[in-house]
Amino acid sequence: MAHYTLQINGKSLEADVDSDTPLLWVLRDNLGLVGTKFGCGIAQCGACTVHVNGAAVRSCTLAVSAVGSNKITTIEGLSANGDHPLQKAWNEVDVAQCGYCQAGQIMNAAALLTKNPKPSAEEIDNAMNGNICRCGTYHRIHEAIALASTKK
Amino acid sequence: MSTILKTNRRDFIKLAATAGGGLMLGFQLTSSVASAMEEVSDVPVVTGTIDFNNYLSISPDGIVTLISPNPELGQNIKTSFPMIVAEELDADWSKVRVIQAFLDAKKYERQLTGGSGAIPHSWERLRKAGATARYMIVEAAAKRWGVPSSMLKTDTGMVLHPDGRKLSYGELATEASSIAIPTEVKLKDKKDFKIIGTAVRNVDNMDMITGKPLYGIDFYREGMVFAMIQRPSAFGMKLKSVDSTAAKAMPGIIDVVTFKNNVAVVGKSTWQVSKARKLLKIEYEAEGTIESSTDHDRLFKELMESKEAVVRRKDGDVETAFKGAAKVITREYQCPFLSHSPMEPMNFFAHVRTDGVELVGPTQTPEAARTEVAKLLGVPNDKVTVEITRLGGGFGRRLKTDYVMEAAELSSIIKQPVKVIWTREDDMTGGSYRPAVRYRFEAALDASGNLVGYKLRGVGINVGNSTREDNFPSGAVDNLQIDSVEYKSPITTGAWRAPITNFLAFAEQAFLDEVSIAAGKDQVKFRLELLERAKKTPAGAIKYDIDRMKGVIELAANKAGWGTKKDVSQGFSVYFSHRTYVAQVAEIEMKNGRPILKKIYAAADCGVVVNKSGALQQVKGGVVDGVGHALFGNVTFKDGAAEQKNFNSYRLIRIKEVPDVEVHFVDNGIDPTGLGEPALPPTGGAVANAIFKATGKRLYNQPFTKQEEMKGVNLGERM
Ligand code: FES
Ligand code: FES
Repeated sequence: MAHYTLQINGKSLEADVDSDTPLLWVLRDNLGLVGTKFGCGIAQCGACTVHVNGAAVRSCTLAVSAVGSNKITTIEGLSANGDHPLQKAWNEVDVAQCGYCQAGQIMNAAALLTKNPKPSAEEIDNAMNGNICRCGTYHRIHEAIALASTKK
Repeated sequence: MSTILKTNRRDFIKLAATAGGGLMLGFQLTSSVASAMEEVSDVPVVTGTIDFNNYLSISPDGIVTLISPNPELGQNIKTSFPMIVAEELDADWSKVRVIQAFLDAKKYERQLTGGSGAIPHSWERLRKAGATARYMIVEAAAKRWGVPSSMLKTDTGMVLHPDGRKLSYGELATEASSIAIPTEVKLKDKKDFKIIGTAVRNVDNMDMITGKPLYGIDFYREGMVFAMIQRPSAFGMKLKSVDSTAAKAMPGIIDVVTFKNNVAVVGKSTWQVSKARKLLKIEYEAEGTIESSTDHDRLFKELMESKEAVVRRKDGDVETAFKGAAKVITREYQCPFLSHSPMEPMNFFAHVRTDGVELVGPTQTPEAARTEVAKLLGVPNDKVTVEITRLGGGFGRRLKTDYVMEAAELSSIIKQPVKVIWTREDDMTGGSYRPAVRYRFEAALDASGNLVGYKLRGVGINVGNSTREDNFPSGAVDNLQIDSVEYKSPITTGAWRAPITNFLAFAEQAFLDEVSIAAGKDQVKFRLELLERAKKTPAGAIKYDIDRMKGVIELAANKAGWGTKKDVSQGFSVYFSHRTYVAQVAEIEMKNGRPILKKIYAAADCGVVVNKSGALQQVKGGVVDGVGHALFGNVTFKDGAAEQKNFNSYRLIRIKEVPDVEVHFVDNGIDPTGLGEPALPPTGGAVANAIFKATGKRLYNQPFTKQEEMKGVNLGERM
């Protein structure tokens, strides 16, 4: 067990966990931030995507000991009132089916738009190919990202 | 025409008391005992007598609250059910709130999600509930104004007086509760629908996209412990011995307990139990047959010749028809096991106390979960409560209750509240799977290309009847025989989205494609001619609606410009399942000598479309699912163990592999049927038939990407 102070969503949060615990499980079990989802645990599905200093990272394979003072953003901290352009677009396009993968999809898309505010159709698909949606909402995911990129 | 519905003894509406004033109605969702017994995906759904069902309340400030009884797993029922009530109520949609109900078999009937059956089951009852509340509110307004109710109108949550005066529903709610409940209510004319048929966004959108705890896996209770369970390493194995010393010594581990063939590691966090579980030293021994996929391949071939097939349908004289045929076509099709793989892995919370059992989690069948847990623990049913969380997908996996029972049994042993979590590997290797099936189709054509004989045999592993004997083309062929053979395996299987038809439809539609070509006919015309035949001179019973099937065939062909395009290769398919008709045209384009799946047109007849947004996504999602599993889905076994354990070896479709999907609905005003499943079955056939047109290669087995014919062909990516 070790003590960690993590910078998450603009706050300093403390956790006593084993040093090899993936950030995903620290968020979910210790900090009550359950918006970040567990899908595969081996960096294959993207359900657990968070931002580390603005870049999309799979939290299921990121050990808490490697986080340090880097700034973590989770879906709960993406915007103050659920009004990030992508969240608005996700609602407008009515993307979610079961919804389980969507936090990860949005976090991944948000990192894409930060790097590339006006992605082409191909760039959207390339960036999103690591995120699985078992319900098959891919058309709407694509549409919502395209929509948000016009609104920025 | 508007409809008048009479209230009968078993289908009544009742007032319930509200604490803070306002109107609260309980309405029953049953019309007859017969409809209460429904076979859904081979899981019998038995629901006993019911009192009354579902609540609708209107508060003095005008908020309309509806309780949604069915588990929500993405089929959008939590939005579409309330839309139906709100329509007849003429409610202001912006003031409607929806709450997920707990399991309550006394109040709600058919609290389950499966078989695309919820909407057809509840359509009329939901409308009636809304209409009854509207009636009472209008009567209350008439009383207040001292005018006959016949001169009043309603619109968006307001009662309108012809002189321009208005009263909101909220203002009238308390008075409305003292109006006598009508025995008859008038339902709206469908052409006056204002909410039904529009695109209404999912009521949970904001919660889902801001990361609110909605799912079972998100559930947390102060003082609960976490557990993972090690199940047998292979099907057909049982537990022999366990050494848990090393696991128990790990940080955060509270206990390791053994029950049945399970070894449960209980601890303080998910990560700690998952790490400790890896240190268990467990020996297993065989208790049943230990099977590999190669055994299944052999068994399929043997059983295809079985003398003990169960005859499911027999019309005319097949022997004679095949003997006298000008041409006989025989083909076989085989599919592998599939994992359901909902994105949210299995999990359940259980707290077995001395005074009762509390269960919380994602289940498609809360009533079955309750009954089975009660039986397992030897407690009365009414001592078990089930709280239904949102489901991160189901696809049939959560019709099973194995993972609920395990959690309950573990809690009863450790006497603590516990949440059991499955890893993806547990989920993929632990069953239950879409059964593997092999079919043999035979067609007899006469000299002028008429289909005079038809045979189908299905051999399935743990499926019961692997055919759907009354589906098209039954009824259109004079001499027909359909039978099935079942093999019992220790590998667990269960309903998987669109049970049986998810592969049967591919096989049948790919076969009919070949038959139509052999008959020298256009694929679409061939099907239409058969339907014409079935209509004029039906052979035996016909259990599908010929005109509706024709309708979707024509709509899909028309929208896709069937047979008129030069630059793409088209494949056709049509299927009727779960009461809904869907036809599809797949289009393939050759790019650098490789077939690229560009687009799929889908035409669906599900009667009235309740929520345009939800319905569109159900069809698109079904098509995407159909493409993905036809191309990639594959679970194979080696010595009783699944060889695919996670998404690195079990491939699911990704965004780059998805073709465009264009959806059209038949607008016929017929009462709605379900859409959660029916769009999937026709997809594989349309794709395979288009591949044939583009490449001349016929596909008989799934997944397509693993077939010899497709070696070196990158079917997946569209770019
Ligand atoms: S849970 Fe991390 S990528 Fe799947
Ligand atoms: S919405 Fe269900 S997994 Fe994406």
